Amino acid sequence: MLSQIGASVTNSLAYVGSLASLGGRAAFYTFVGPFRGKPLRLQRAIAQAMEVGVRALPILSLITFFIGLILALQAAYELRRFGAINLVATAVAVSMTRELGPLITAIVVIGRSGSAFAAEIGTMKVTEEIDALETMAISPIHFLVTPKFLAMIIMLPCLTIWANAMGIVGGSLFGVAQADFTWKRYLEASIDALFMRDITTGLIKSVMFGITITAVGCLEGLSTGAGAEEVGRSTTRAVVMSIFMVVVVDLIFTMMFFFASEH
Amino acid sequence: MEFSIDRENTDSQNSEVMLSLRGLRVSYGEREILHGINFDVMRGETLVILGGSGSGKSTLLRTLVGLEKPSSGEIWIKGKNIAAISQAEMDEIRRKIGMSFQGGALFGSMTVGENVALPLREHTKLEDSTIEIMLRLKLEQVGLEGFEYYMPSQLSGGMKKRAAVARALAMDPEILFFDEPSAGLDPIIAAGIDQLILELKKAFRMTIIVVTHELASAFLIADRMVLIDKGNVVAIGTVEEMRSSRQPRVRQFLDRVAEPEVARELDYLQMLTEDRRQRVD
Repeated sequence: MLSQIGASVTNSLAYVGSLASLGGRAAFYTFVGPFRGKPLRLQRAIAQAMEVGVRALPILSLITFFIGLILALQAAYELRRFGAINLVATAVAVSMTRELGPLITAIVVIGRSGSAFAAEIGTMKVTEEIDALETMAISPIHFLVTPKFLAMIIMLPCLTIWANAMGIVGGSLFGVAQADFTWKRYLEASIDALFMRDITTGLIKSVMFGITITAVGCLEGLSTGAGAEEVGRSTTRAVVMSIFMVVVVDLIFTMMFFFASEH
Repeated sequence: MEFSIDRENTDSQNSEVMLSLRGLRVSYGEREILHGINFDVMRGETLVILGGSGSGKSTLLRTLVGLEKPSSGEIWIKGKNIAAISQAEMDEIRRKIGMSFQGGALFGSMTVGENVALPLREHTKLEDSTIEIMLRLKLEQVGLEGFEYYMPSQLSGGMKKRAAVARALAMDPEILFFDEPSAGLDPIIAAGIDQLILELKKAFRMTIIVVTHELASAFLIADRMVLIDKGNVVAIGTVEEMRSSRQPRVRQFLDRVAEPEVARELDYLQMLTEDRRQRVD
């Protein structure tokens, strides 16, 4: 029993270690590599950014619009008991920007792109394309992971800002229909409720989520075993592990921001 | 007179060792796959590594191109022991070798032309127009002129292999490795790939190392052969020497004598452990 716990702790630590190593190497090629004669693959990064970011907009807009609406309904359920239904705009704006905007965006991106990273790299592993890159003296990290990494750390904050806005729009629908707001007053109330800090903490989180999702997706892809069914397995693992890791990272950063704001 | 000069040239060429293995051992975890391999490959020769499934021949090839790390032993390529060099030095060596993978391993998201041009774009500072000319040339060498805008998925199995060879040739390698060049191809297409290997050998005097279990193709393209069985070198020699060999294991492989398949799990385990015991002795 104890040895099992010990083994699973060691395994988890080893996993986090490999994630950190992969993320570190991708960060090296992104920030240091260009100054050492290893240029960034901007074209590939832009293609990835289109896929990760722009193509996610429709579904992300719809989901966060609904989430904003749901938040308003849930908040109003409690607030109206105290006759404070006019606080609904504040509740939606703060919980969207600090927490749900980054988190929902991350989950949508995991579903669309984290899984795709694992499937793409996993398939390349099975068909020996990763080996081919290595025999051509091309680093798979530099060639495959870095453009994804760059696309993620740029696009995830952008998507998050968009998601925040769509959530507030969703909340305003309730505000206007049920809480005697006008569109303009709802918007003003939302902006008043937000401090710059709320927005930046959300954006810092979203950058960390982007790094996490890329690292997990690519690591699962790169550790794919032989055979087509293994690709399916890596894809599933990538999604489950990414959601878990994103929640863990979220908890860590929320705690950090909480204790930092005390002083 | 001219003839003798020519001969001298080939002799001096043949005497230069291109790749040399000393006591090479490779393990996956606890299981040792190769138990101490020794042989030399001369410049300009075509060496065929023969062996059955599970003999360790593919592992040997993967180790030679640096995809597997040996647990002990030395691999000398161009005066460097690749079992004990840095990543940067290994990358330097890798620019001098080309590898054609079993399924081609072309990048599915790029056209054939982009695939062939990739090593050039990565490792040289050539102009795009120069690269364009070079990739056409490489595709012509493998009989695929005009196919640069096709996607790999639009090519047949044989054409994929040819495209993979073109990519392997892109950096004008000194050693070319082939993993099962005729696997998954019908006999006619496979014969075409054999012809291609022979042409490359004649045209560039390249050192070629081929892993295969296809006897017909092996005898056609090889200068020398190595037979690997259960992770050991059983025999090494020229085509004639192999053909006339009296060694039972060589005869069995070349005459395609069936081996009674191990049917029960216990027998299989026993076979494995006996193997190990023999090695320890």
